[in-house]
Amino acid sequence: MKLNQLTIKEAGEGLRAKKFSSLEITEAVFNQIDNVENKINAFVTITKEEALINAKEADIRLAKNDDLPLLGIPIAIKDNFCTIGVRTTASSKLLDNFIPQYDATVVKRLKESGMVLLGKTNLDAWAHGSSTETSDYGSSKNPWNIDYLPGGSSGGSAACIAADEAIGAIGSETAGSIRQPASWCGVVGLKPTYGRVSRYGVIAMASSLDSPGPITKTVEDSALLFDVISGHDVHDATSSPIPPISIANDIKKSIDPITIGISDDYFDGVDDEVKKIVENAIFQFEKLGAKIKKISLFAPKYAIAVYTILQRSEVSSNLARYDGIRYGNDRSFFEEEARRRIILGTYTLSAGYYDQYYNKALKVRTVIIENFNEAFKEVDIILSPTSPSTALPLGSTKNHPMFGEIADMLVEPSSIAGLPGISIPCGFSSIGLPIGMQLIGPQFSEALIVRAAYLFEQSTEWHKVKPNI
Amino acid sequence: MSKIDISRIAKLANIPLDDENKNKLEEQLLETIYYIESLQEINTDGKEPTNQVTGLKNIFREDIISKSFSQEEALRNSSCTEKGMFKVKAILSSD
Amino acid sequence: MNYEPIIGLEVHVELKTKSKMFCGCSADYFGNKPNTHTCPTCLGLPGALPVPNKTAIEWCIKIGIALNCEIPLTSKFDRKNYFYPDLAKGYQISQYDQPFCQNGWIEVLTEDNKIKRIGITRVHMEEDTGKLSHKGNVSLIDFNRSGVPLVEIVTEPDFRSSFEVNQYLQKLQQIVRYLNVSNADMEKGDMRLEPNISLRIIGEIELPKYKVEIKNINSFRFVDKSIQFEIKRQRELLDKNEIPLQETRGWEELKQITISQRIKEKANDYRYFPEPDIPPIEWDKLQIDKITSQMPELPNDKLIRFEKEYQLSSYNAEILIRDASLAAYFEKAVFQSKGVLSQKQIANTLINKKINILSISVKDLIKDIIHSSKKEGIDEIELSKITDDVLKNNQKAVDEFRNGKEVVIMFLIGQVMKSINKKIDIEIIKNILKNKLNKK
Repeated sequence: MKLNQLTIKEAGEGLRAKKFSSLEITEAVFNQIDNVENKINAFVTITKEEALINAKEADIRLAKNDDLPLLGIPIAIKDNFCTIGVRTTASSKLLDNFIPQYDATVVKRLKESGMVLLGKTNLDAWAHGSSTETSDYGSSKNPWNIDYLPGGSSGGSAACIAADEAIGAIGSETAGSIRQPASWCGVVGLKPTYGRVSRYGVIAMASSLDSPGPITKTVEDSALLFDVISGHDVHDATSSPIPPISIANDIKKSIDPITIGISDDYFDGVDDEVKKIVENAIFQFEKLGAKIKKISLFAPKYAIAVYTILQRSEVSSNLARYDGIRYGNDRSFFEEEARRRIILGTYTLSAGYYDQYYNKALKVRTVIIENFNEAFKEVDIILSPTSPSTALPLGSTKNHPMFGEIADMLVEPSSIAGLPGISIPCGFSSIGLPIGMQLIGPQFSEALIVRAAYLFEQSTEWHKVKPNI
Repeated sequence: MSKIDISRIAKLANIPLDDENKNKLEEQLLETIYYIESLQEINTDGKEPTNQVTGLKNIFREDIISKSFSQEEALRNSSCTEKGMFKVKAILSSD
Repeated sequence: MNYEPIIGLEVHVELKTKSKMFCGCSADYFGNKPNTHTCPTCLGLPGALPVPNKTAIEWCIKIGIALNCEIPLTSKFDRKNYFYPDLAKGYQISQYDQPFCQNGWIEVLTEDNKIKRIGITRVHMEEDTGKLSHKGNVSLIDFNRSGVPLVEIVTEPDFRSSFEVNQYLQKLQQIVRYLNVSNADMEKGDMRLEPNISLRIIGEIELPKYKVEIKNINSFRFVDKSIQFEIKRQRELLDKNEIPLQETRGWEELKQITISQRIKEKANDYRYFPEPDIPPIEWDKLQIDKITSQMPELPNDKLIRFEKEYQLSSYNAEILIRDASLAAYFEKAVFQSKGVLSQKQIANTLINKKINILSISVKDLIKDIIHSSKKEGIDEIELSKITDDVLKNNQKAVDEFRNGKEVVIMFLIGQVMKSINKKIDIEIIKNILKNKLNKK
């Protein structure tokens, strides 16, 4: 196996056992980037020089048996996380020349854990989308078939993991931006409970929904990264003061028989192929001892409306700071998608419409939360397809102002409720595109959904299949 | 469905728009509004709005000074500064 | 036609907390090098988040309690969205429909010495903007002030004259200084006010259909002048059957007039919505009781107590309580001089001699009063003779005095003191000299 194909877990063990050095892994990763990046376009900025220096420094510390969890491990970070001294664009030319004066809390924690920063990954501009097609730096491509989209907005992070251009990656999700690209690229994406991972330094999309999280090759890797980045942050008033428990430590612990909820509404409008594969996965869970229970959940189609209103409204306000005075270019640099969202959000918040739209959406959010609370009285976790389809061909988003919302339909309700969810690979379509399913749990149940996901993953081989690029 | 006054909204949003963009946007917005109108089908009588899902309350910081940027750091990303300040075209009415 | 002015006030008070409202930068920006008190949050960098300052919120509530407000048990912050180069985030974090304090009142004196109650609509917490300075065809921005805590106090349209407005402002300034939450120095911009003024025909009950807001009043002296001007301007329009425009006008001190600040975007649509970055605030009664229990004695209570406890005239008591530290100094002096000096003696000395309490300790002041009340005596005939001599020997000064240059009397007093070579009360010498000078 090539070093760039290692998981975080394998890399960490190998580094500590001195089987190879951080420099060797890092060079292997850059070698892969050199080979495939022109096809995949997963990165907006690559920080090779700094990464090699950091890898050498990590090797010195490793020689002294320094025991940081990510010491020497090359990680890629979505380009909407502020990184001190490294250009951060949110894939918008408006921020083409913005070099942050500070690190996002997530970045700070990863650095303190010893990671080697590889570079910044591509996303839909301002994270507005589910395809990376709205990126001002060109769309990323799906490593399983470069004529297809990787999904988004964290498409660059998902693609670089699938293409072994990094050992681990960080993405962020507002509603789907971690899980959907993970599903389309055949990797693992963990969207934590809202408030579990600090938003400080993450370029805000919809403040009441944004949740940073890992995108990795395996469930265990997601748990490892989650343990590093989660926890209270004094700079984020919405971050939970409840101390997080390490989910990586307990991942192998045997799990009590769980009850998995399935809702027909989450299979409505889903591609037959996807449906079939996810049904197989349900069967697999049953074989592993889980109890399956039909539940009734609030129809995802209404969640689209709630999500669209909350997100557009908050976007219109969050993007107001980009006036070109203190940093970046002026507001004429917003491209079509951002303009569309800002204008709609301005409209839904404007005098006379607030109650009809924003406030109504906040009330429906209450209904959605109550609905989940009821469901979790009956079941431990909920399982559904992550996306109604497999990856779509390049160009699919053109002239579809609601493309993202529909592609993310099945993840939106849980995002609106602030719940954690994990997407894991569970099969392939007839043309060889990955299919993912998601497990959703109650707030702060990351340990539970990760253990269930691990149980499934270990009983299958899907995560071991690699694309031919 | 009522038409959106795109020019007024664009002005509020401080987004420069030409006529071609305006027409295209208007069309697309109407499509989006079609989706969001479905919300009105849901009965929310007696429901409180949820603007925070965390359940957190009273999150404050103590009144303690922490380190600020140097002037150089603060201005670093600006293309237009003078005398340690950010420079813009004159603002006519004073506030 | 006979009109009466209908005036309401919005006052912004900048709090003197150590740090800013939503970040840890120093809030003490006045006179500092530009853009040296900034961080990701108050500079509105991408991704930065606000965390509210607990002390600032408690101080806001103290102001509300001092103004007899209700303190609702639930509250929240909202975003007020608008664009201006000095507004780093493109929105100001403020409070919209759930302010920290509401429905209060304060009593002021009217011209005819009656007590009148002014309604306080609300007291809420928000953040200041950066500071713009205009220079030819460019404007320069300093963000040191960005995010400094501001408390906005809004009254009902209950004022009927600029006199009442002035009374209110003085009281308000006194209260926030008593609470020690703001320097409330108008010249430095710690306290900014925006009156809104309209006129209605006496006898009518409904509020006028328009109101004019005045800005740029950055000194107590301008309050009266600008309001008077505006009342006159509006009366003249109404007399011509014109209804004044609803607009914002700025006070131009040089020209002594208000000038329309171009009718600002009429439909100011601020698109308020709950600030998603800050969880809501919920008090329990105990927390509010605790803040209430920390309130110092307020000016009105102190005034009543001083009159009663120290048997001072209301005039003297009012002067002594104007400044909480002067009042405290007085009380300390009364306590330390028990039995030796009367309260009235101390009050008179402090008021008449305009004692600078920062430069003399209570102990020394007491000593001085005792000393000066035991001035060495002097024979009146001897004094009369000495003054006659001095006047004779200083004819030039005498002439100058009689020609209106009255300050020369100080020179003459000095000459007399030299001749006597005794410590006696200057006032006595001054009186004798004046009598003699004016007689001849």
